[in-house]
Amino acid sequence: MQLSRDVVDHVAMLARLGLTEEERERMREQLSSILEHVGLIQELDTEAIPPTAQVIALQNVWREDEVRPSLPVEEVLKNAPDAEDNMFKVNAVLEQS
Amino acid sequence: MSEDLTRLTVTEARARLDRREVSAVELLQAHLERIRQVEPQIHAFITVTEEIAQTQAEEADQRIARGDAAPLTGIPVALKDVLCTVDAPTTAGSRILEGFRSPYDATVVRKLRQQGAVFVGKANTDEFAMGSSTENSAYGPTRNPWDLDRVPGGSSGGSAAAVAASEAMVSLGSDTGGSIRQPAGFCGVVGLKPTYGRVSRYGLVAFASSLDQIGPFGRTVEDVAIVLEAIAGHDAYDSTSVDTPVPDYRAALTGDIRGLRVGVATEYQVPGMDPEVERVVDEAIAELQRLGAEIVPVSLPHTKYALATYYIIAPSEASANLARYDGVKYGLNLPGETLLESYLQTRGRGFGPEVKRRIMLGTYALSAGYYDAYYVKAQKVRTLIKRDFDQAFERVDVIAAPTSPTVAFRFGERTADPIQMYLSDVFTIPANMAGLPGIAVPCGFAQGLPVSLQFMGRPFDEATLLRVAHAYEQATPWHRAVPPLVEALTARAPSGEAE
Repeated sequence: MQLSRDVVDHVAMLARLGLTEEERERMREQLSSILEHVGLIQELDTEAIPPTAQVIALQNVWREDEVRPSLPVEEVLKNAPDAEDNMFKVNAVLEQS
Repeated sequence: MSEDLTRLTVTEARARLDRREVSAVELLQAHLERIRQVEPQIHAFITVTEEIAQTQAEEADQRIARGDAAPLTGIPVALKDVLCTVDAPTTAGSRILEGFRSPYDATVVRKLRQQGAVFVGKANTDEFAMGSSTENSAYGPTRNPWDLDRVPGGSSGGSAAAVAASEAMVSLGSDTGGSIRQPAGFCGVVGLKPTYGRVSRYGLVAFASSLDQIGPFGRTVEDVAIVLEAIAGHDAYDSTSVDTPVPDYRAALTGDIRGLRVGVATEYQVPGMDPEVERVVDEAIAELQRLGAEIVPVSLPHTKYALATYYIIAPSEASANLARYDGVKYGLNLPGETLLESYLQTRGRGFGPEVKRRIMLGTYALSAGYYDAYYVKAQKVRTLIKRDFDQAFERVDVIAAPTSPTVAFRFGERTADPIQMYLSDVFTIPANMAGLPGIAVPCGFAQGLPVSLQFMGRPFDEATLLRVAHAYEQATPWHRAVPPLVEALTARAPSGEAE
């Protein structure tokens, strides 16, 4: 199975990966080859088989909705490339009206 | 020169420490000296944490003097660099986490600290634990102590090599598709992947959350049992950790496997299998029979689909988990004109080729139009793989298999073709798909390099895995083999179990 360049470009954008021209072409070839390999599972009839998301029987875990200490804000923001007033700072996302 | 303290097992070191024949500081110094000797060649560590270790060793000595030592008090431990630590960088082998300092400890790290363990360093790993050779580490590869031209396996290659080269007495790694067992096998040490849910994943840099487990490396099964007992158990910070009592794993090491039913699956003979590895593993299974185990043929018919299923599910989960690396909250940030431009730059240049490949693969498998054909289909096949094991474990207590189809391969041998690299995990992936525990134990040599026998067990039955691995180990000489590089540095023959 051969992926088209359009699909590679689309997926790279969904994944927010800025790829060079060379990377896109290599990615197209390698992903095509991997997808061909994993396509092996298509030969199995799984019509009546339920999917397994994870393997252990788990129940939702509840706790009282009470205030508890969290990580100190200054500790967490210490890692931020840019921060201001207890917030992560980024470029403007919304256009000014 | 006195005896080589770096060759002691945890059990031996514990006895010496508690009798005050050796101090934790002396034990640490011996390991730091070994690190200085071999690290230029091995490169098992991304960060050596000498100062932290020195403080911990001094505290351990005080604790031992007070007479309240825990099993790992004063024991030098290496931590795979995907485990968050407040006092040292956590890189996950990636440029994108450059400069990151975790505001909290992983639960396993906290548990080892409470025991008074001594952290010698953060061990090298393939970037975000994605790889089978450490060649994907942004910090350069680790070399195999048995042959410096060969990979140590991966992704926990640093953790395996550090223990094999006596840079640490034991270590922690993580295993998503074989990343503990495969490098343990390549480096000739013991490695255990616990049952999914046995050990808290809190503070483990996430790769594929339904598959990841943290587990120990050691030079003996007993050492691995001691570390597993220290890190296992329920954790309120990981809702997938299971509230099942942690047994006394050392009590399971009876040496007696008479009547134990060991399954051998015909499906674990694959094309590309090294005939010499196959012969060594067959001989190991014959040894189990001599020890009184009953060898029972079992069938795991969906084995050949496990690799394909894994390479849909793991990248899908990874693509979601790695969305958090956006250059906003921590790590690398490459500025752009817009926020989107900054994301594209930061992620495009911060991640290495294999990580980008898997993010792309996972994003594709989860995207509109392909989700059912790939992701849901793979989840259904996962059910079939798990059912195979459920049925087999009605008839046997453990399943024995090779850990890997070959011995450690050479650098560069598999980097050009991702699928060739993926194939080295063909025997380890099924246990992750089914959530089962697995242990790798040295079982001989092929072409002068370690070969490894794997046991897989029922969920939460690590005790039986440890029992059979220990019985095999004690009946064979393989765990006493020392890499030539280490042998040359050792003043006299290691004390081993010479009693």
